[in-house]
Amino acid sequence: MAKIFWLFTMAWRDSRKNRPRLMLFISSIVFGIAALVAIYSFGYDLRRSIDDQAATLVGADLAISTNKPVGQNAMPFLDSLGATRSRELSFVSMVLFPKSNGTRLVQVRALQGGFPYYGDLETTPVAAGRSFLGGRNALVDNTLMLQFNAAVGDSVKLGQVTFKIAGILNKAPGQTGVASSVAPVVFIPLQYMEQTGLAKKGSRIEYSFYYKYAAGTDVTKMVDKLKPRLEKEDFNYETVDSRKENTGRFFNDLTRFLALVGFIALLLGCVGVASAINVYVREKISSIAIMRCLGATALDAFVIYLIQIVGIGFIGSVLGAELGSFIQNVLPVVLKDFLPLTINTVISWPAIGQGVLIGVVISFLFALLPLISIRKISPLFTFRLSFESVNFAADPLRWLVYSLIVFFIITFAYLQLGSILGSLFFTVGIFVAFLVLTLVAKLLMYTMRIVVRTTWGYLVRQAFANLYRPNNQTIILIVSIGLSTMFICTLFIVKDILTEQLVVSGSSTQSNMVLFDIQTQQQDAVAQLTRQQGLPVMQQVPIIGARIEEINGKTAEQAKKDTLPQRPGERGRRGFGGELRLTYRDSLVSSEKVTEGKWVGLVDPASTAPIPISIEDHYANNLGVKLGDHITFNVQGTNMATVVTSIRSVEWNRVQTNFRVIFPKGVLEQAPQFHVLLTRVPSTAASVKFQQAVVRQFPNISIIDLGLVLSVLDSLLDKISYVINFMSAFSIVTGIIVLIASVRISKYQRIQESVLLRTLGATRRQIGTINALEYFFLGLLSALTGVLIAIAVSWLLATYSFKLPFVVHLAAPGILLGSITSLTVVIGLLNSRGILNRPPLEVLRRDV
Amino acid sequence: MNTILSIKNLGKTYQSAGRTLTVLHDVNFSIEKGSVVAIVGPSGSGKTTLLGLCAGLDRSTTGSVELNGINLGTLSENKLAQMRNLNVGFIFQNFQLLPALTALENVMVPLELRGERDIKSIAVELLNKVGLTERSHHYPAQLSGGEQQRVALARAFSNKPAILFADEPTGNLDDETSEKVVKLLFELNREAGTTLVLVTHNLDLAAKAQRIIRIKGGTMVSDERREP
Repeated sequence: MAKIFWLFTMAWRDSRKNRPRLMLFISSIVFGIAALVAIYSFGYDLRRSIDDQAATLVGADLAISTNKPVGQNAMPFLDSLGATRSRELSFVSMVLFPKSNGTRLVQVRALQGGFPYYGDLETTPVAAGRSFLGGRNALVDNTLMLQFNAAVGDSVKLGQVTFKIAGILNKAPGQTGVASSVAPVVFIPLQYMEQTGLAKKGSRIEYSFYYKYAAGTDVTKMVDKLKPRLEKEDFNYETVDSRKENTGRFFNDLTRFLALVGFIALLLGCVGVASAINVYVREKISSIAIMRCLGATALDAFVIYLIQIVGIGFIGSVLGAELGSFIQNVLPVVLKDFLPLTINTVISWPAIGQGVLIGVVISFLFALLPLISIRKISPLFTFRLSFESVNFAADPLRWLVYSLIVFFIITFAYLQLGSILGSLFFTVGIFVAFLVLTLVAKLLMYTMRIVVRTTWGYLVRQAFANLYRPNNQTIILIVSIGLSTMFICTLFIVKDILTEQLVVSGSSTQSNMVLFDIQTQQQDAVAQLTRQQGLPVMQQVPIIGARIEEINGKTAEQAKKDTLPQRPGERGRRGFGGELRLTYRDSLVSSEKVTEGKWVGLVDPASTAPIPISIEDHYANNLGVKLGDHITFNVQGTNMATVVTSIRSVEWNRVQTNFRVIFPKGVLEQAPQFHVLLTRVPSTAASVKFQQAVVRQFPNISIIDLGLVLSVLDSLLDKISYVINFMSAFSIVTGIIVLIASVRISKYQRIQESVLLRTLGATRRQIGTINALEYFFLGLLSALTGVLIAIAVSWLLATYSFKLPFVVHLAAPGILLGSITSLTVVIGLLNSRGILNRPPLEVLRRDV
Repeated sequence: MNTILSIKNLGKTYQSAGRTLTVLHDVNFSIEKGSVVAIVGPSGSGKTTLLGLCAGLDRSTTGSVELNGINLGTLSENKLAQMRNLNVGFIFQNFQLLPALTALENVMVPLELRGERDIKSIAVELLNKVGLTERSHHYPAQLSGGEQQRVALARAFSNKPAILFADEPTGNLDDETSEKVVKLLFELNREAGTTLVLVTHNLDLAAKAQRIIRIKGGTMVSDERREP
């Protein structure tokens, strides 16, 4: 017991003069822990908020929806499900703001009844959320109001009806900021739906029914009983419990993903800690040797420093947890556009406990690497360095420590991902990423060394040589700053690649505007209007809604029961049930080509043979069908037997209509259908003018123009970038702290170098230049490492994931290179200014 | 038994750059309790290596070291540390105080390692003897070289060692300070009745010993006993 007390006392005493330095080392993990605690706490907040607010997400106890008009038989069934119910029709349509003549594609929700039963349509003024149903009123999404500079009391036109804007819609149950920027919502009373003229046959409308039950009703049990009928009618349904489960699952995945990002920042910090402790232990060799001379065992010496590191790790973790609890309040703001509910933040002790535990364990594991070397320090070091100097790398126990670290990372990842394979991939990914960063960093340093050595002056050469001083932390700094740079730069480049694709589409001869929901009888008039506006009609495509009834004689029911093994590559028979949009034509378009079989473009309408069809390759794979297979389609109530005669590959990333299934000409001409028209507008002004003309003359027709897609994509990417930049900030701050720690660690060496140079006649300015250039090289190499890897990662993503041409605009990487390098120089110089500003001897006396 | 240290056929070799380097070869001598012995020799002759082996800081390649009746070659690293704490005191050329500890704490460390209690008064008394009572709460960096070596003296005697090894105890001090430190060393040694082994270049200091062992090229070349 006395020995343990002494060990703690010695750890305390020995740390006295080093505490600020130890705190600086350990502060490298503070931000990693803070990220984890913030995310864990946020996760707990989310779960609690979902539990509390799940009912307001659905807005009712039960919601039933379908994308087909409800038939005569189903209506009584729906009516029988509850007396307190609401009805809603939702669809996309163009909206016109007469005051500004502005038009835009919106999500219209035509509502009848007391929905939402839980939560509110949050509006300005507040009363409008309920009162708008009382007349020809509309609630208009805030983003639309801002875009068209509209005010409450103005008009908005939907189809044939002009509505008065009764209120600004701030939030609807379950709706996120992202959803409203992609498709802003306009609520109108259902009773005016007919008058708008928008609900025509072939229009894509979602029919929803909301029910409220008396408190205590077991809705889940009730729905279980209704399930067979709901499935028979092809109704989707949602209860508070199912929404709770789905939302919970989604946000669990999100918080787990964010926790892994935070964990990377923590790992970076830990590598920084291990590196700093390594230098610290080397500085302590003499003290350890003295203690050994005086009778302390190797284990005593090891435990003394272990106590210091674990103690300081604990303090660092607690500080990180405190910071995390503060950041917890910021996360709902960062993620606000993705959250369908209001998050109430509460201090989460389990999250703090998890964070502190992880911090202590991981700082212990990473500190073990340098600390185990203490066992090898001979008391002979008191006289002089032993012939057998300490070899910090050769200890076989290091492998045990490495194994423990790997085990810890895998376990942590497993707890986040819940999959052994996933956690192994994550761990291997981390090591590969660190390895690649290290290799690129070393390669850059090597290249730079050759260039600097042969051509540049003394100050530059000396500055660069400083990166190689003994106990340098150059590589770890390049890796940590480089990793953060890589995250941010990849984001910029990927954003460029995505937007570039759309801009390229816009600048070529391809179409850049799509008109859809055109009724058959409107087809010619719309084409005429298009030409009148001086615009080309590039494509007119009929679209028909259909469902798959049978594949090779098997219905969906039979396919489900089918116990035969699926073919390799077959991912399941997902084609059943869902509404499929198909077309008919006699030729291929430029974005597709037949990969198997033979294209058949025309059939005799009188033929009774199965209709030859063409299927897109991925869809064929999903359905598990091949050439010659038979598929029966239900086209608006009529069953049509077909045979697959060709399989096509399709480039989906063009602004044009593409289809999974194409019928030949000659069979579907008389089926209920709507049409799509593709054109190309030369300018924004022409686009606005054309849209206004179309909306005025054909209010049921919806328009998507490239400008809108670009702005939606831009806004979406901005929102995603915001979250990713926020998470990257943890790695950046960690990198900065590792940089500061590294400068502090090497302070004594820097002082000695400075004193020596001044003794040899160097001016303060020259030494200052050497220091600045050293940080310049460090920052430049770090940023360059990150940028180069970001370019490689973006290329991989563009080529293999997005399948888009790879482009890099040098502005973003250039700005990153400049800012990261400047930041490194500023931080480095701020931290070493004490070396230059005092006389060398005074500095030496103070610091020795 | 009157012998405190017995060295038989002692040899030490190192492997360096693929070559075998013989630092000590076939050294034999024994030292009586309470005596003062100086080991002298030119730089690189193996004096410090011999001291390290005698004090149980290193292991010999050949031969044996018996200290206070214990064969050091049979002890584990932990037992060697325990043995040093119980039997050995050290004085170093570079003082070798623990920089993070105050003068008082430095003196207390050997006793603390033994797990002894009420040691502060012993340490204070020793600091008083070396004239540093008022500097007891200063850190080594705040003390002069002479003061640091006096703290080291106090520490060396704090555990009442059976044998004290001093490696060039005045090597880093000016003449005047050296004289004071040596005087103090011999006074404390006389008081405690400790065996003192001095390793030094300084022939004036060696002359104060009762016996001078000369080492050259790793071999003992003479063993001169003299009247103090």
